[in-house]
Amino acid sequence: MLDNYNQTDKKSTRDGFGAGVYELGKSHPEVVALCADLIGSLKIQKFIDEWPERFFQVGIAEANMMGLAAGLATTGKIPYTSTFANFSTGRVYDQIRQSIAYSHKNVKICASHAGLTLGEDGATHQILEDIGMMKMLPGMTVINPCDYNQTKAATIAIADFDGPVYLRFGRPGWPVFMPADTPFEIGKAVHMNEGSDVSIFATGHLVWYAVEAAKQLVSEGVSVDLINIHTIKPLDEEAVLASVRKTGCAVSAEEHQRNGGLGESISSLLSEKHPAPMNFVAVNDSFGESGTSIELLDKYGLGIKDIINAAKAAMAKK
Amino acid sequence: MADIAQLKKIATQVRRDILRQVHQVNSGHPGGSLGCTDFFVALYFEILKHDPNFSMEGKGQDLFFLSNGHISPVWYSVLARSGYFPVEELATFRKLNSRLQGHPATHEGLPGIRVASGSLGQGISVALGAALGKKLDGDDQLIYCLTGDGELQEGQIWEAVMFGAHHKVDNIIVTVDYNGQQIDGPTKEVMDLGDLEAKWKAFGWEVMSMDGNDIEDVIQTITKAKAKTGQGVPIVIIMKTEMGMGVDYMMGTHAWHGKAPNDELLEKGLAQLEETLGDYPIK
Repeated sequence: MLDNYNQTDKKSTRDGFGAGVYELGKSHPEVVALCADLIGSLKIQKFIDEWPERFFQVGIAEANMMGLAAGLATTGKIPYTSTFANFSTGRVYDQIRQSIAYSHKNVKICASHAGLTLGEDGATHQILEDIGMMKMLPGMTVINPCDYNQTKAATIAIADFDGPVYLRFGRPGWPVFMPADTPFEIGKAVHMNEGSDVSIFATGHLVWYAVEAAKQLVSEGVSVDLINIHTIKPLDEEAVLASVRKTGCAVSAEEHQRNGGLGESISSLLSEKHPAPMNFVAVNDSFGESGTSIELLDKYGLGIKDIINAAKAAMAKK
Repeated sequence: MADIAQLKKIATQVRRDILRQVHQVNSGHPGGSLGCTDFFVALYFEILKHDPNFSMEGKGQDLFFLSNGHISPVWYSVLARSGYFPVEELATFRKLNSRLQGHPATHEGLPGIRVASGSLGQGISVALGAALGKKLDGDDQLIYCLTGDGELQEGQIWEAVMFGAHHKVDNIIVTVDYNGQQIDGPTKEVMDLGDLEAKWKAFGWEVMSMDGNDIEDVIQTITKAKAKTGQGVPIVIIMKTEMGMGVDYMMGTHAWHGKAPNDELLEKGLAQLEETLGDYPIK
């Protein structure tokens, strides 16, 4: 199964978002887009050129953008808000909490430049807490796709889902490896490799690193069960439990703080339903810094070798 | 032509409802509710094109958004008295398992409420979004929004105000409840709002003013405001009100912003307000 996942191109996940929004422009007249002075970064120019009346430039005023989106949703529109992940969450948490989540508004909060891979701009912009904040909100769906194709598919899929969604993606050019025809179902994990020694659960950019790590582990004779968790909430509990029942140990890999991340959700599930040894590949209670995407992932313990080491450590605890 | 005498009768009943709601649970916000009673009665019984058979999207109707959600008692009373839900339900205000939450919410499905409010400063943004939605739908009905004056201290308000002018959102009428009071004291002392009219004008809005405790003036001013919609400029009405209006001991002070009267003061207040439509039963 791992052989199905090879790099075919290099494109950013935010480009996948832009392509998905453009498709929605054609298929879903009720979809509208809002942006807080980051049109170029969010790759939505094509949508704006085609449907200018369905786009609203908000300026550098993210709190207002969230309220506008709630109001648009009230009248039956499907608003896609777009800005960096940092300004899509921490800056506007109360607006999302009251006007969107508590009020059950059908708003899609689309957040680019998440995590360390934002790179040179540094820690002010590298949010690593957003998954935690958003998954704590009752009724909020949290999705973190892994490559261009999956981000495009997720962007399209959430339009037909009634409810608030946090869609997280990133800045850098990144391997494209998910076949474009892979179905995207919210809350349904993608089983990427069948194995019996260790379960690796990865989300976002780190799915590619997990593929690379799994290939190396397999070459060393380790049987890896690899699962792509694009939807962190609601978590595909059945997929997680079925995997760990087979392997008896788990590793999570994500570009996020360990506190509040995917690993925390998985360990919470396992501790209740199927206790098993687990290791975490995540940022450990730290801010990021300036650097290239790859340098930062290495320095903060999110590299391919870190996933391999975590897998071996988890197996050793069995 | 509005039957002002009838509207005034409704207003005294609404004021009774406000006092009785907050008294029963010894909490809630009577001051601002009483101050805005005449505005709410004029809005729901004369101005709005609305349907108590509530739909969230409200196509073909005027939509009202309350930004200063703490004055929920007046909104709940007016919604009930307009037929959105049974008047008897006012007795559940702020109690466990009620649709009448301390601050207005959609979560329990109370008809008439389209977004939660309570955390201040968010209502104008939501109202502007709904106004954009109406425009996209070619729906000519209007969006109304009420904000407090204290909440104009929130930064998000001015983000929204700037947006409204820039995008020429001219199907909205925002009203500011200018009672000059907030929890910690007069706004002049807590955080002076300065020249409100000049501020809104400088942000590009058409500014009007009215006496919020004069039902005739409210109706006339909003009628004039409606005539100014559709001209590329959003409209705000600075509405002077007296916090606690109609209950003598609650007027001229911020003390009753968020405090309920005891048994004795309830009776004293009710004695000043004629029961015109029948009180709801206390369970």
